[in-house]
Formats: sequence, C-alpha cells, structure tokens
Amino acid sequence: MNRTECMRKAVILLEDGFCQEGLPFGAGGEIIAEVVFNTSMAGYQEILTDPSYKGQMVCMTYPLIGNYGVNLQDAESRKVFSEGFIIKEKSRISSNWRAEDSLEDYLKKNNIVAIENVDTRAITRRLRTTGSMKGIISTLDFNISSLRQKLNSFPSIVGRDLVKEVIADKPYEWGPGFKKDPASEYCVAVIDCGVKHSILNNLREQFRKVVVVPANLGLSEVLKFDPQGIVFSNGPGDPQAVSYAVDLAREIVEQIKTGRLKAAVMGICLGHQILGLALGGKTYKLKFGHHGGNHPVKDLRTGRIDITVQNHNFCIDPKSLNPDIEITHINLYDNTPEGMRHKKLPVFGVQFHPEAGPGPFDARYIFGEFREKVKQVCLREKT
Amino acid sequence: MPKREDIKSILIVGSGPIIISQACEFDYSGTQACRVLKEEGYKIILLNSNPATIMTDPEIADRTYIEPITVDSLEKIIRKEKPDALLPTLGGQTALNTAFEASKQGVFSRYNVELIGANSKAIARAEDRRLFKETMERAGIPVPHSRIVYSLEEARQALKYIGLPCVIRPAFTLGGTGGGIAFNSREFEEIMELGLTQSLISEVLIEEAVLGWKEFELEVMRDKNDNVVIVCSIENFDPMGVHTGDSITVAPIQTLTDKEYQKMRSLAIKAIRAIGVETGGANVQFALNPQNGRIVIIEINPRVSRSSALASKATGFPIAKIAARLAVGYTLDEIPNDITKETPASFEPAVDYCVVKIPRWVFEKFPEADPVLTTSMKSVGEVMAIGRTFKEALQKGIRGLEIGRSGLESVFFGKKQRLFSEEVKAEIINKISAPNAQRIFYIGDAFRIGLSVEDVHSYSKIDPWFLENIKQIVDFEKKIKETRGLDFKSLRKAKEMGFSDRYLAQILRTTEDKIFGLRQKHQVSVVYKLVDTCAAEFEAKTPYYYSTYEKEDEFRPSSARKIIILGGGPNRIGQGIEFDYCCVHAAFACREEGRQVIMVNCNPETVSTDYDISDKLYFEPITLEDVLNIVRKERPYGVILQFGGQTPLNLALGLEKAGVNILGTKACSIDRAEDREKFKKLLDELNLKQSPNATVVNFYEARKAAGRIGYPVMVRPSYVLGGRAMEIVYDEGTLERYIKEAILASGSQPILIDKFLEDAIEVDVDCLGDGKNYVIGGILEHIEEAGIHSGDSAMCLPSYSLSGAMLNKIRQATYSLARELSIKGLMNIQYAVKNGELFILEVNPRASRTVPFVSKAIGKPLAKLATKVMLGRTLPELGFNKETIPFYVSVKESVFPFNRFPGIDIILGPEMKSTGEVMGIDEDFGTAYLKSQIAAGQILPKQGRVFISVKDRDKRRVIFIAKKLVDLGFEILATEGTAKVLSGSGIKVAALKKVAQGRPNILDYIKDRKVGLIINTPSGRIPRIDEVKIRSEAIVYNIPCVTTIAGAQATVTAIEILKTSGINVKAIQDYHRDLRNLQDV
Repeated sequence: MNRTECMRKAVILLEDGFCQEGLPFGAGGEIIAEVVFNTSMAGYQEILTDPSYKGQMVCMTYPLIGNYGVNLQDAESRKVFSEGFIIKEKSRISSNWRAEDSLEDYLKKNNIVAIENVDTRAITRRLRTTGSMKGIISTLDFNISSLRQKLNSFPSIVGRDLVKEVIADKPYEWGPGFKKDPASEYCVAVIDCGVKHSILNNLREQFRKVVVVPANLGLSEVLKFDPQGIVFSNGPGDPQAVSYAVDLAREIVEQIKTGRLKAAVMGICLGHQILGLALGGKTYKLKFGHHGGNHPVKDLRTGRIDITVQNHNFCIDPKSLNPDIEITHINLYDNTPEGMRHKKLPVFGVQFHPEAGPGPFDARYIFGEFREKVKQVCLREKT
Repeated sequence: MPKREDIKSILIVGSGPIIISQACEFDYSGTQACRVLKEEGYKIILLNSNPATIMTDPEIADRTYIEPITVDSLEKIIRKEKPDALLPTLGGQTALNTAFEASKQGVFSRYNVELIGANSKAIARAEDRRLFKETMERAGIPVPHSRIVYSLEEARQALKYIGLPCVIRPAFTLGGTGGGIAFNSREFEEIMELGLTQSLISEVLIEEAVLGWKEFELEVMRDKNDNVVIVCSIENFDPMGVHTGDSITVAPIQTLTDKEYQKMRSLAIKAIRAIGVETGGANVQFALNPQNGRIVIIEINPRVSRSSALASKATGFPIAKIAARLAVGYTLDEIPNDITKETPASFEPAVDYCVVKIPRWVFEKFPEADPVLTTSMKSVGEVMAIGRTFKEALQKGIRGLEIGRSGLESVFFGKKQRLFSEEVKAEIINKISAPNAQRIFYIGDAFRIGLSVEDVHSYSKIDPWFLENIKQIVDFEKKIKETRGLDFKSLRKAKEMGFSDRYLAQILRTTEDKIFGLRQKHQVSVVYKLVDTCAAEFEAKTPYYYSTYEKEDEFRPSSARKIIILGGGPNRIGQGIEFDYCCVHAAFACREEGRQVIMVNCNPETVSTDYDISDKLYFEPITLEDVLNIVRKERPYGVILQFGGQTPLNLALGLEKAGVNILGTKACSIDRAEDREKFKKLLDELNLKQSPNATVVNFYEARKAAGRIGYPVMVRPSYVLGGRAMEIVYDEGTLERYIKEAILASGSQPILIDKFLEDAIEVDVDCLGDGKNYVIGGILEHIEEAGIHSGDSAMCLPSYSLSGAMLNKIRQATYSLARELSIKGLMNIQYAVKNGELFILEVNPRASRTVPFVSKAIGKPLAKLATKVMLGRTLPELGFNKETIPFYVSVKESVFPFNRFPGIDIILGPEMKSTGEVMGIDEDFGTAYLKSQIAAGQILPKQGRVFISVKDRDKRRVIFIAKKLVDLGFEILATEGTAKVLSGSGIKVAALKKVAQGRPNILDYIKDRKVGLIINTPSGRIPRIDEVKIRSEAIVYNIPCVTTIAGAQATVTAIEILKTSGINVKAIQDYHRDLRNLQDV
C-alpha cells in the first residue's frame, strides 16, 4: 500500500448520528441526499440509472457489488441519477461476457460519490427503525460537526420538484426502427416524469409508436401525436411537488370523461400517484419506502400474486379516493395500495414497476392489459 | 383458501439410510413436514427404515413404521392404516422412486390413496430423461442436444450425432450413480454399459457436454393457485462437469446481471409449470455458456432436495415446512414468514450476506478410488458458512470442514517439496485442471507461485470473479507474511476476510493465543448478524445468527440460564446423523427443563440447524475460536460436548482452559478412559481384562511388542477417528511397512498395538449414569466377528447368542466402570467375548453412534435422559431405573457407499466405511435381520445359484451354510478348494474356474446375473486380485455379497424366512406399547 492510498478514505454520516469511515469508491467529493436502501441482489446499474433516484442516494443491502461490471444495454436512462452510492464491498473485477466497463470507472465518469467497506446492514436497520433520513458522504471533510452542519442545512425531499431535473426538454420518439408488433397499430404517448428505458421498451413491444413527452409541456403537446394510449411514467420525489403533471392528468381524465379524448390512461409508480391526485385522492410519505425486487403484490381481481419491483417513498391514501376508484392491487407486506382503476373510465395505475429492470418479470402482463384497454377504447370508437 | 378438510391422514415416506447423495437433509425436511402437518391436525403415518433420524422418534408422527422402504411395506402399511393421501416429495429420490413404482403397480388406486405434492405424471416428466426433454422443448425451454437410448447399439448410433466428449445420464438413479463424462470411445462404452445396468428402466441419456459452462440452481416453490416464488439462487463455483453435490456452491448468484438472472428465473418458473409440480418445491439446474450467455436447462428435481435444505438454511425460508403446508391446500400468501412473523411466505428472500457450501469428501477411506470429481456424487457431507463477503464465508467454510486446515492453506505447507519447483508447478496445474477434493487449496497455491487469474481460469474454467477473490486472500496472506506483524488495520482486515486466529498464527509463526491477545489489545472483536430473509427490511423475530467483523452487533443479551450445545459439523464416515440426533434431543431436553438452549453447528443438512429446534442458532464452524467467541458473548451456564461426536470433544481441553463449564462426565474421568496408561490401571483396579497391548514409537519397539503379544495384532496411530488407518497385521514384514508409513504420515505420534482377538464376538453397551445411579440402555451383540469396525458391523438387540452368565458379566463390568468413572450422561463400552472370556476393547464416556438405535429399540430417549441428568436430574427422578430387554428383536445394519467408488474392495475391516444404517424390527432374529437386509438395499434371492468361495479357515464352517442353502433349493457354485470341502460333505456343488484360470468363471455368471448371492470371505491380508474383482463386480450388478461367515449364517436364516412367511409391518408405537404392557404385568 503506498502513501497516497493510505490517505484515501471516505466517511458517511446520517441524520441520526450514525457515522462510519469507509473507502472512497467512484468520484471524490461530497454529496448530501436522502438515503434509501434497496434490497435487490443484482441490478445495481439499473438502480443507479433509474431517474426516480434523483435526490436520493442508494445503500445496497447486498454486500458484494460490481461483480459483473456495467454495460450499455442495461442502463435505464442516459446517465446515473442516484446522487451517491453506499456499498459493503466493490468487486475488483468485472466478470461477465457483456461487461464493458467496471462499476468504479462508470461512477467516476458519471461523477458519482460513493463509499465502500461500510456496514450497509447497520444503515438499513437504522432507516427501517428511524425512517428515511438524509445522509452525507464525503471524501474531503472528515470533521463530524462540520459534516453535521452541512447535513442539517440541506432541504428535505418533501415538496421538492425533482422531475424537472431529470426529464428531457422536448418530445422524442422511442425506438422508431424497432421490430414491429403486428398486434397493435396504436400510438402511445408517455408523459415523462423520469421514465425508465425498460418502460419504453415494454411499451414498444405492444405499440406501433411510442412517443415521450416531457411532463411540463402541457396537453396540446401531447395531443399533437394523436395517442390512443397515455402513460404517466415513474419519476423521482414527491407527487405533490409536480403540480403541472397532476394538472395535465386532470385535464386528460376530464377530456376522456367528456368524450373529447378517446384514449386509455395508465400510471406507473410516480405516474400512479399523479393519477391518484388528479382523481381527487391524497398521497403521503411512507416511513422508509419500498425499494427492492421481492415485494408480493396481490391482484385483488384474480387473487394472483406477483413478485414485483418497488421503488417509491410516497403512497396513495386509499381512504382519500372517491367511490368511482377501485383499488386493484395491494402489497402483501404492509397492505398499502399497489394499483387502482377508475370504474367507469379506461384509467388505471400501478404503484409497482411492471417493467422490472431490475427485478422479476412477473408483472409485465400489465403492459398487455394496457394494450387491451387501448384496443377496447379504439374499437368502441369505431362501432 | 384454508387447508383441505377432505383428507384426514397422510402417509409420509422418508429417505432411508444415509448414503452418498441422501443425507440428513431429508430428516430435516421430513421432520419439518411431520411436525407442521401434525400441528394442522392431520394424522401422520411415517415410513422410514433409518433409526438415526429425528423423524422416526415415536412422538414426531402418529404412527411410525421403521420398516424397509419398498412397495411391499408401503402397501402393507396402507392396508393397515388406510391413509387418505401420500406425500412423496420429502424423502428424496428413494421416496419418490418408491411412490412412483407403487403408483405404477396400482397400489394407490387400489386403496384410494391420493398422491399429494407431486403426481406421478410430474414425477415421470422430471425423472424420465426423454419425457423431460420433450416437455422442456414443448414449453420453449432450451435443452442441451441429446439422444435417449436403451441399448449399447443405439448408444453408438447416438454418439455419431452428439460427439465426444459427452455426458451419460442413466434415468432413475440416485445422485447420478452410473453416470459420467466420456472423453473417448472406450470410456463411452464403459460408462454406457454401467449406466444401462444401473438405470431402473435401462434408459440412458447421452447429452452434449456443456463442460466448463457455468452452473446455476434455482429453488422454486409453487402453490395450487400457481403463485411461484424463487427462494434462493445458487451459483456453482465448479463449472459444469462436477455433480452439484460435489461442487462448492455460493448463494446468491454472483456473476449474472439482473437481466440474465431474470431470464433464468422466468425459465425456471416456466419449467416448473411445464413439469406440473402442482404444489411444493423444486430444484431447477441450468448451464450457461460464459462466452455468449446461452442458457440450457439441465434438470429438475420435483421435490425437496439437498439444495433446498441448503437454500432454507441460507435464507431462513423453511422450504420443506412450507411445501408440506402447500401440499394440503394452503397458498403462499396464507402462510406467515416464520422469521418476520408479520409478512407472508409469498415473497422472495433477499439476503445481505454471502453463503458458501463446501462438500466434505472421505477419499482417505477409499485410497484406491478415483479422486477425480465427475457427475457422480462422491462427497459424504457438507459445511455451510455465512459471511459478509465471499472471502470471509469461504475461509469460515474451510475451517468448518475439519480437515486439519484452518484457512486457505497451502497444500505444500509442512511438506518437503519446494513450492517454486517445476515439479510442484506441474502438480498444481494438473490439480486445478481436473476437479478434485483439494482443488480449492491448489488454486491458492497456483496464486502463491505466481499464476494469474487468467491462467487459473484457463485451466479450471472457474469464473474469474471467484478466482480474483481467492487471489485477494493469498495476496493478503503474502502481505502480512512480508510485514511480519499485524497492526489494528491489518488485523481488522484479516478478520474481515475470514482469516482464523489459528491460520494467522501459522502464517506469522506464532500461537493462536498470541493472535487472540492481539485481537483483544486492538479490540478487534466479532459481531453477530441475523439471517432474516429480508436483508433487514423487516424486524426478525427468530434469533438465527452468523458472525462477522462489522460495525454493528445485533446480539441480544439475555440473563436466562443458557446451555450451549455444540453440534458435530459436516457429515463424514464415522460421524454423521446419529450425533445430530443426539444434539437435537439435548436441545429438546433443555427446553423441557426450562433452560434456554443455544445450538452451534455448521452442517446445513441437519435438523439441529433448523432454527425451530433451539432458542438461538449460531451457524458457525465448530472450532475453538468460533465457539469461544460465542461463549464470551452468551456467557452460558454450561456447554454440552457429549453429543456432537469427536468434533466438540476435541475442543474440551481448550474450553476448559478458558474456564467454560462443561456439563456431564468430568474431564478427569474422560482422561482416565482415554489415556492408555491410566486406563490400564483403571482396568487392573477393577479386575477387568484387556487384550494384551502396547504403545510403541518405532519399528524396533513394535517388533518386540508384537513378539510378546503374538500375531495377529491390530495396529493404529493414537488419536484416530472412526478407525482411521487401523490395520490387522499378521506378520513382521507387514508390521514394518505399517510402522514406516505411520511415522511418515504423523511424525512421532505413538502407535498402538493390540492383540487381535480372532473370531471373537464383539459387544457394544450403551449406559446412562447420573453420577450415582447407572442403568444400561442396551447390550448389542455384533453379528460380524470382532475386527470389523463397530460402525460397520450389523448388531442385534437383545443379544442373540450370548449366555445369561456372560451377559451378567458384561453388566457387572459396565456398572463397575460407570461407577468408577462417575459417568454423568452417556457412556459406550466395546467388549469382545472369546472362549468364555470377556475383554474390554474401548470405553467412550460420551454418546455413541448406537444411541438413536438403542433408544428406538427400547422405547426410551437416551440422549434426552442424559441431557436432563447433566442438568442435575437423577435417573430415579426420570423414571429410568432398570435395563429394558425387549421381547422383540432389533437389528441394525450398515449401508456402504461402495457403488460410488467402482473397482474398490468392499471387504470390511477395522477402518469404518459405512455411511448410514437401517433398522429391522420383528419378533424373531431371522425376520428382523431379513428386514434389515431389505432395508439396506440387499435383494436376497429366493432361488437360483449361490457362489461360495471362502478362505481355508472358513471352509469347515461354511458346510452347514451350504447344506441349508441346498435344502432351500439353491444350486451351489464354488471355487475348486471350497467345492472339494463341500462335496466331501456330500453337498452337490458345481466347481468353477478361478478368474485367472479362464472362462466361463464367476465374473461371467455375475454379468449375466446367473448368480443370486455371493459368499466370499477374504483369503488374507492382501486379498487376491480376482477376489476384489468378484466383490466389486457384485456391487456393480447389485448382487448381495456376504464377506463373513457370521453374516452368511444370518443371511441364510433370512432367506429361509423370505421363502416361507415374508414380512409384516408393525408401528414402533405398538412395539413400545406392548413392551410397556409387558413390563407393567
């Protein structure tokens, strides 16, 4: 070990006072964000690139990270959005035939501050008992009271509009040259709140045309594409902070209700919460959120249980919904709502991630259901 | 949906004796199933021939049949008990095959019994290679290119399509017996021939060899609503080509991206649906081409398995327990997760640690066996270790193996060869290329001599990720060796990487104590974390711990009066399920006595490592360091070492030195029994006889001693386990060779020489004492004569040939020894009886291998009683006042792994070779013995030919046996010498050529199955080559082969009963009830 290596260290401090020295991993520097844990045992690259993690840093509960490196195909967006990264042990080798880069270099290139060799289980247990907390990782400042000061003065994630920080500035079409799905000639517009590539790919398998419209552009921009399906995507943070998206959803639902717009609407994760607000419901923040790939969700209509992917801190309060809205899915861990539908309109949403990425493919049937909904709307119009 | 109300009683089939590929894991799963279904209110009927299991304890099931696991027994039990359903998926391949066969014979439709858990169609689709392939292809699941053949001719045709190398897999065999990989056409023919013979239906699959591909396993569960979850993913360290039971395996999968893993997961779910496993667990194995990610499915086991036991222990998700509930109609979401209590079982466990399983082999027992690992499993046990990193778990696993290595040591440590020689390099490359039991250590050495990860990967095909981690261990070792010391940082790092104190001491040439002192000085201490199924997302209610070196300690202190029980570690020959049985009983007893009980063990197959058994479970290696770490945290009232076999006893000294209160017989008494000189004195004082003996350190002394004692003598190194390296020596020349080899192997350790008592009757006695009162548990008479390891010998309780006077002499000797040693707990004594004289062979002041058998034979739980005694109860208080002598006969027979090691000699001797045991119970000796033989898998003939070839000394004694066989209608074949003696006594006999004399000889008869029984006693010290050949061929063709005269006598009696009356079945509860009634009268 040479002298410069000896000097290398990183430190993490949480709001509740938990502090541990570790090793720097990724870019040097300092970062403050809300800390969330993720229990997925693989899929770190998808997690890092999920725009929903904007404003948060992820602590991986699985201790051995980076084993298979990173590759271009598995990214969920154009760059890393997780603000920082906390792990137990990084792999010194990328062992996979698809690996194009090591995780460490990837983090450096994306300028992400990360720390390894810390007790990630201890951090997770704290988040579980205390609830979500802010944390700071630093490779520059090892003075605890100074770190604490920085941490305390940092704003909370509640009420912050993180969506505008992750979305594109203009509409674009997703995968125009993609293989054609003969089953569907419809066009779907994705209202981008921080959409993952897996959602777009899954939609592209069901629809002829998929266009992505930034959530802050307004209804006319959406209608330009004459979509038969509209999807409110996943995204970061508090749904109440994204009032423009909620307004847009309200307008769309209103137009469908009055017959001016013939389209089916689906919401995923943040999109689900946005729909909930647009339909008159309320949302609240969960104690430490759901982040992982192993949550059982029951489809109340069929009794079917799927192992689903979860990544959310906010949740719809089922009691706040009006009688036109029916809860279709619940989480068997804590009975929180995981899906809802409008009883009269072709409008529904799911809180979990049917697209996986990372996680099990069990819930992908949701995309098929959406296509069926779109088809019904269009057929009804024809007859 | 609640449980099914239309079924009231369920028959569960166990897996029978412990054999390679079927060990305690099926006792673990079967016991869980019995307990949980009983809790649900079902009447449980159990069939299992293995007395050393917890599941056959009379209180586990309602009706327990310790009978041979055959269709015949099954039908008789069904006729008697009229169960509504049969659950065949918890007793391994044995239960599945028996149920499948019974279903084919119409047993279930005849008695209107429903198969639950898996139906016969699903079993067929998973087991029949042709159906499996078709099913997978139809479901769109990729399989390796393959052809199914039924004859050698078809096989040759198929080879043209598949090409070499190829994998040969016979259908319906256990753990890949008879299978293998053929690299050339000669090998192909050989393996093919064997495979066709060993397959139950003469069906063999020839498959594209996916050698060097990565191997993965998924443990899948499905409920009747078609909800499916993956409980655990496992990556094999060893690439394809090594049986998964012989592979080091790691959970969860380490080197797949989520995309690849999810693809595999979806295929597994598709596969379990296609096979039609309606409810319960299944194990799905995949191979993956590391060059391009092509995945193919290899096989599915539609039942709980060794891997599912491992997955249960690795995740905390009790697969068997949940499978049993699913089989009676529950769905996954209706069953709570045991560990969190609040979340349902319909989820996929998330782990936040790394689990490593390492197999335990016993090649030292079979030196002639081929040590290369293939698709036919050869290991007898396994160890599991949990750590926060792979490196930590791997090194914990290695020291848990108890193979004399305390870490990733060099194979060449302490040897004369220089590590950096061309010769050593060649050996290392050779040993990392072909899979073998020592490969992991040779990989370490490969890095020590400077090979790179790429080099080692190119030779071994092991994933570079694993290799890189091993290299880090070696690099770190080198670093501390070079810096010659440990500061806080490096010591902490070493412990995080799993280095044991002992291994650090070895590297730094100091003592374990010094390293411990250093750890105390720097405050580098262990913490305990929980196995909680959910990576800390929810609170765990079940205290299931592993140690690591991290910031936070999750240990929960308590002030209860705690007892720590040390388990036996990995199964091996000489130490297996019997000891785990005792540990579990000890735990039950502690709980009954209101004590908090803490279990420490590292064997994932066992019942003892089920977190339900104890109040706290530590999944840790049984080494002094790991145990003391726990003791220092828990501060128990006492530690129980008596039940885990030799493993915990080896720690006695160290624990006592550390001030630990060891419960039971005092250490000084143990010393009096184990120290040769003190023992001699003790016997003299008690006026008891020992066979003449001596302790020597060189050949000169040995020759003198042997001359005085008189040949033959039994020689062995001091401090051996399970008769390791014991030999019977008939002359000076052999003695010289033995002494030389022993000194070479163990340095200056003394060698023990005993007079070998030829043709003596051996007797085992288990005795229980409370320090004041002593009661014999059972007197077991061996069926084979003295000289055969007591673990290998068949035994009978009560004695069937000893006189009442001799039995009384044995009782007196036992009681005086017990009194003199103030036995508190169990004691086992081995005696030999020769010409009316009684000799003491050995005294072991601890639980013996025979404790579970005796407990079941007499209807008293000896290990439980012993534990209560250790906790302060007296025998009168416990109502155990006098020796029970049953009116029925119980025979224990041993089961051997010979079919795993083709070509080796099967002769029994002082070195233990058996892996398991069965029990036969009936009203008379002949029937009980017959049952034990059937249960052990011997197919005794009712007619046909018997081949007899015995050594000169046995020739007169075999006459009576031959006569009896002729009376029973058998034809006798014999070699010249034996034939002469037999025809001289008026027995009609056909003389056969000796193997060397030409053909046809006995080998031709064996191959054509024209002989139904072989009686062949070894002709002496160095068995003639043709004798070995005869005996090993008999094993290949599954023809019973008896190698002792006493065994032959018992076999003939058994055949007579088989021909005349057949067998009946009776529940153990009924035997015990009748026994109690008789005693009350």
